[in-house]
Amino acid sequence: MTRQLILSAAAAALVSGAGAVHADDLTLCWAAWDPANALVELSKDFEAQSGHKMSFEFVPWTSFADRMLNELNSGGQLCDLMIGDSQWIGGAAENGQYKKLNDFFAAEGISMDDFIPATVAGYSEWPKGTPNYWALPAFGDVVGWTYRKDWFARPELQAEFKTKYGHDLAPPKTLDELKQIAEFFQNREIDGKTVYGAAIYTERGSEGITMGVTNILYNYGFEYQNPAKPYDLQGFVNSPDAAKGLQFYKSLYDCCVPPGSSDWYMSEDIDAYKSGQVALQMNFAFIWPGVNADPNVGGDKSGYFPNPAGPKGHFAQLGGQGISVVSNTNSPDAALQYIKWFAQPEVQKKWWEMGGYSALKSVVEDPGFATSQPYAQTFLDSMAIVKDFWAEPAYASLLLAMQQRVHNYVVAGNGTSQEALDGLVADWTEIFEDEGKF
Amino acid sequence: MQRTSIERVAAATPAPVARRLTGLSDRVIAWIFVAPTIFLLLAVNIFPLIWTIRLSFTNMRVNRPNEPVEFVGLRNYQRILTDPDIWQTMQATAHFLFWTLALQIVIGFALAWLINRKFRGNDLWTTIIVLPMMLSPAVVGNFWTFLYQPQIGLFNYAVGFLTGADPSSFSMIADVRLAPWAIIIVDTWMWTPFVMLICLAGLRSIPASIYEAAECDRASKWRQFWTITIPMVLPFLMLAVLFRGIENFKMFDLVVQLTGGGPGNTTELTSINLKREAFEKWRTGYSSAYAIILFVTVFGLASIYVKALNKVKSR
Amino acid sequence: MSYSITEPSRAQKWMAGILVVAYAVITLLPLIWIIATGFKSPSDSIAYPPKLFFTPTLEGYVNLFTTRTRQTAEFLAANPPQTWYQEIVAKYGMVIAGPSRFGERFLNSVIIGFGSTFLSVFLGTLAAYAFSRFKVPLKDDLLFFILSTRMMPPIAVAIPIFLMFRQLGLSDTHLGMILLYTAVNLSLAVWLLKGFIDEIPREYEEAALIDGYTRFQAFRKVVLPQAATGIASTAIFCLIFAWNEYAFAVLLTSGNAQTAPPFIPTIIGVGGQDWPAVAAGATLFLLPVMVFTILLRKHLLRGITFGAVRK
Repeated sequence: MTRQLILSAAAAALVSGAGAVHADDLTLCWAAWDPANALVELSKDFEAQSGHKMSFEFVPWTSFADRMLNELNSGGQLCDLMIGDSQWIGGAAENGQYKKLNDFFAAEGISMDDFIPATVAGYSEWPKGTPNYWALPAFGDVVGWTYRKDWFARPELQAEFKTKYGHDLAPPKTLDELKQIAEFFQNREIDGKTVYGAAIYTERGSEGITMGVTNILYNYGFEYQNPAKPYDLQGFVNSPDAAKGLQFYKSLYDCCVPPGSSDWYMSEDIDAYKSGQVALQMNFAFIWPGVNADPNVGGDKSGYFPNPAGPKGHFAQLGGQGISVVSNTNSPDAALQYIKWFAQPEVQKKWWEMGGYSALKSVVEDPGFATSQPYAQTFLDSMAIVKDFWAEPAYASLLLAMQQRVHNYVVAGNGTSQEALDGLVADWTEIFEDEGKF
Repeated sequence: MQRTSIERVAAATPAPVARRLTGLSDRVIAWIFVAPTIFLLLAVNIFPLIWTIRLSFTNMRVNRPNEPVEFVGLRNYQRILTDPDIWQTMQATAHFLFWTLALQIVIGFALAWLINRKFRGNDLWTTIIVLPMMLSPAVVGNFWTFLYQPQIGLFNYAVGFLTGADPSSFSMIADVRLAPWAIIIVDTWMWTPFVMLICLAGLRSIPASIYEAAECDRASKWRQFWTITIPMVLPFLMLAVLFRGIENFKMFDLVVQLTGGGPGNTTELTSINLKREAFEKWRTGYSSAYAIILFVTVFGLASIYVKALNKVKSR
Repeated sequence: MSYSITEPSRAQKWMAGILVVAYAVITLLPLIWIIATGFKSPSDSIAYPPKLFFTPTLEGYVNLFTTRTRQTAEFLAANPPQTWYQEIVAKYGMVIAGPSRFGERFLNSVIIGFGSTFLSVFLGTLAAYAFSRFKVPLKDDLLFFILSTRMMPPIAVAIPIFLMFRQLGLSDTHLGMILLYTAVNLSLAVWLLKGFIDEIPREYEEAALIDGYTRFQAFRKVVLPQAATGIASTAIFCLIFAWNEYAFAVLLTSGNAQTAPPFIPTIIGVGGQDWPAVAAGATLFLLPVMVFTILLRKHLLRGITFGAVRK
C-alpha cells in the first residue's frame, strides 16, 4: 500500500512537472511470456507520453486462466487492463467483467475493420458474429509448426526420404505427410544423438492437449456443434470423422514423440526443440522470434509452416488475445487512453518489430511485412485458417472436460477415440444442461 | 501420558499461594493466554469449516454472483460418493499414502539406526541429509519434472549409468505405470529425513541401561533389536506415520507441480481433484461437500489412529 | 549418556558411516544439480544429453532478477550495453526492460514467513503455558480441537477463507497471510511448546512467586529463558512450513502479497521456462531457512518429537 502511495506520489510529481493534469497507476495483466516482456518495453513510450505509471502482473500460462478468472470473478481490483485469453470473452461480457468498447471505438475513430477479421471475431466479439466489442485485438497468435531446416536439407536424408515415401522431404502439406516426416526422424541418429519426430502438446493441467488435438480434429471434420442448431453436439463432436482425427493424434503420440512428453505444452516443446531432440515442433507462433534468435537452432537452421490440411478441412487452432478494460478499474479513462495509444499504427508497427504479433491490417498488409522476418509469411497463412475453442461463459468447464477425456485416451491409452468423444459429448451436454441451454 | 502428568502438576499447583501473590487470578491469566489462540483458530479454521458445511448443501458457484443460490440437500454428497472418478482419485491417494509411508519408515528408520552407531561426523551428515525437507515442495515438484525428462534430465541418466539401461528407454512421469512411482520417489526423497529425525529421537530416548541389562542376560543382538529397540521406538514410528499420513493425505503442491495429476488420472490425488472442482470449474457447493467428505475421512482415521497410538504409548 | 557395553564396535561404526555417507551423496545429487543448474546458460541447462561440465555463468541470476525483451535493431545500435549484466543480455539481442518481481516475492516471503513464525511462537507459548500450568476448563477437548485443525486440506478450507478474506479486505494482503499461516502453525506450536514447558520444573516459578514476582514476571523471567530451546525448535518447524507453503499462497494471493514458492516455478525465459533462473531462485530461497536451521540444529531433534526426548 505504502509502496503504491509513494509510487503514485512520485508519478504525480513527475507529471505535475510535465504539466499533465492527472496521473494514474495502471496495472496490466497478461500471461508471463516473451510478448509480455516486449510490451513492458513498448509501454515506456506510453508512460513518457501520458504521465501514467504502468505496472504489470504476468502469470504463467499454466495458471493464467485460474488466477485471472479468479481475479475477475472475485471482483478484484488488481488489473485495470486485461489481456485475457480469447475464450474468456463470453463469461467476461455476460458477467459484466469487461467494459464494452463500442462507444469508445466510435468516439476515438478506432475501426474494427482495420484489424485482421479472424482476430476481431476471436478476441473482441460477444456474442460471436455481432458487432459488440469487448476488447481490442492485441496479440495475434495461432498454432503452427517449426522444423529443422538444416536436417531437412541434408542430401542423404532427402534421398532416403524420397525412396521411402516417393516425394521430397519438405514442409508437409497434409497431416499424413507430417506424420511421415515425424516417423522418418523418430529414433534417427543425427550427429551422434538419437532424435525424435515431433514435439506436440500433451499437457494435462490447463489447456495444452486441447490446444494441440483441435488442430487435427478440425481438419478431420470435427465440429463443436451443429452449425444449424446451437448446442446440438451429438454427431458433430463425436462424428466418426472426428474420432478418426483423435485417433490420428494418438498415433502421432504413440509413434513419433520424444520419450517422456506426456505433459508437454509450449515451454517443454520449446526445450525439446532447442536442445535438438526433435525435427518438428507444434507450437504457438509467439515462439518463432525466440527460435529465430536462438544460438543453437536459430537463423537458417529453422523453418516454419502452417498447420497442414487434413482430409476434411484446413484449419489451425487460434491463440492470442485482445486487450480489455476491467469493469472494476478505478482509472477507466487512463485505461482507455492506453488502448487508444496501443491501437496507433506506429505503435503497432514497433510492436511487431519487438516480437509482438500485431493484428492491425496496416502492419501485416504492408508489402515489406511478409519478408520482414522468416516466419512472417507463415504467420499470415496461419491466421487465414484459424478456428477457436468455445468462448462460452462455461468455457472453463468445457475445457476441463476435454482435457480429461482427450488426455485419458491419447496419453494414458484408455478406451477408444470414439469412446473418448462420446464421453466428451456427455460431459458437455451436462455442462450445457447446467447452463440452461436446452 | 503427557496429559496425565500435566493434570498432576496442575492439581498440585498451590492455587491459594499463587492467587495471593499475583495481580490477576490464574484463571484470568489462563484465559488471557489461551484466548488469542482459540480466537484465531475459531476465525481461520472453525468458522470456514462451518461455512463449508453450509455451502455443501447448496448449488453455489462463486463465479456466478448473479445466479440464485439454491438449497439442494444431500445431492452433492450423493453425486460425489457415486462418482467412479472420485473413487479412482481416492485409490490413487491410498496408493501414494501407503507406499510413501512404507518407504519412508523403512529407509528413515534404517538411517536413524545407522546414524545412532555414533560414527565420527554423524552430526554433520545428519544435517546434510535433512536438507531436502527444507525446500519448498512446489519448487521441488517443478524442478523434478526437469530431472525426470528422459533426454535432458539427471534421473534417467543416473539410472542408466547404474543399470546400463538407455536413458530414453523409460519415462517416469509419462508412463502410466511409472508415474505413481515417480511421485512416491520424490516425496520419499524429500521427507525420509523427517521420519529419520523422529526415529533418531526415539532411538536416543532408549536408556543404555536396558541394553546393558540385556547384555547381562546374554540376549543376542538380534533379540535385543526385536525386544528392546523396536518396541521402544514404536511410539515414535507411529507418531511419524501420523504426521506424514496427515500431510500426504493433504498432498497438493508437490504433485500438482510434478505431474498435474497425469498421465490420464493416474496421479490425480484427492486434493488436486478438489482444486479442479473448486477453483477451475468453480462448483463451490459441490466442492464444499467434497471437502467435508475428505475432512471427515482424515479426521476419522486420525482419531482411530491416535487412540491406537495412546494404547501403544501407555503399554 | 553412557554407552559402556552397548557402544558399537569400530567396524560397525565404519560400515554405518559408509552407508550413511552413501545415502547422503545420493540424496544430495538432485540438490547439487539444482545449484549447478543455476550457473548454467539456458542452452547448457537443457543440453541433450545433460552436461556435467560446463562454463559457469551468472545468466541464471541475471535472468532471475530482471525482465528482458527483444528490441528493435535501431534501439540496440543506439544503446550499447553499459554493465556486465546488460552485456549478458545483449548477447541474445535483448535489453533489460526492468527488474523482475523476484525481489518483491522474496521480501513477501520474509515478511510473511518470519512474521507468522513469530506470531505463532508467541501465541503458542502463551497458550502452551496456560495449558501446562493452569486448570483450563475442557482442556483435553481444546487440545484435541487445536490438533484437529491441522487435518484440514488447505484446498478444502480455501473457498470459505477466500470468501471471508474478500469480505474483510484481507485477500492478497500480508496481514491476511500472516494470520492464516499463524493459525495453521498454531496447532503445531501449542503441542510442541506444551511438551517443553511441561518439562520445566514448577518449583522455579513457585520460588519466584514467593520472592514477590507476579505470574507475568515469573513467566517472563523464569519460564521463558528455560523454554528457549523449545521455542527455537518450534520456530524452525513453523518457519519451514510458512516459508515453503504453496497451496494457500497460490489461491489467495496475487500481485501484492504473493510469496516466492508460487513464483519460482513460473520464471520464464525466451519462450519456455528459464531453468537456470528457476534453479537460481530455488537456491537463493533455500538459503535463509537452511542457515536458520543450521544455527538451531541442536534443537531440531527435540522439536520433532514434541519435546519427548530428554537431553
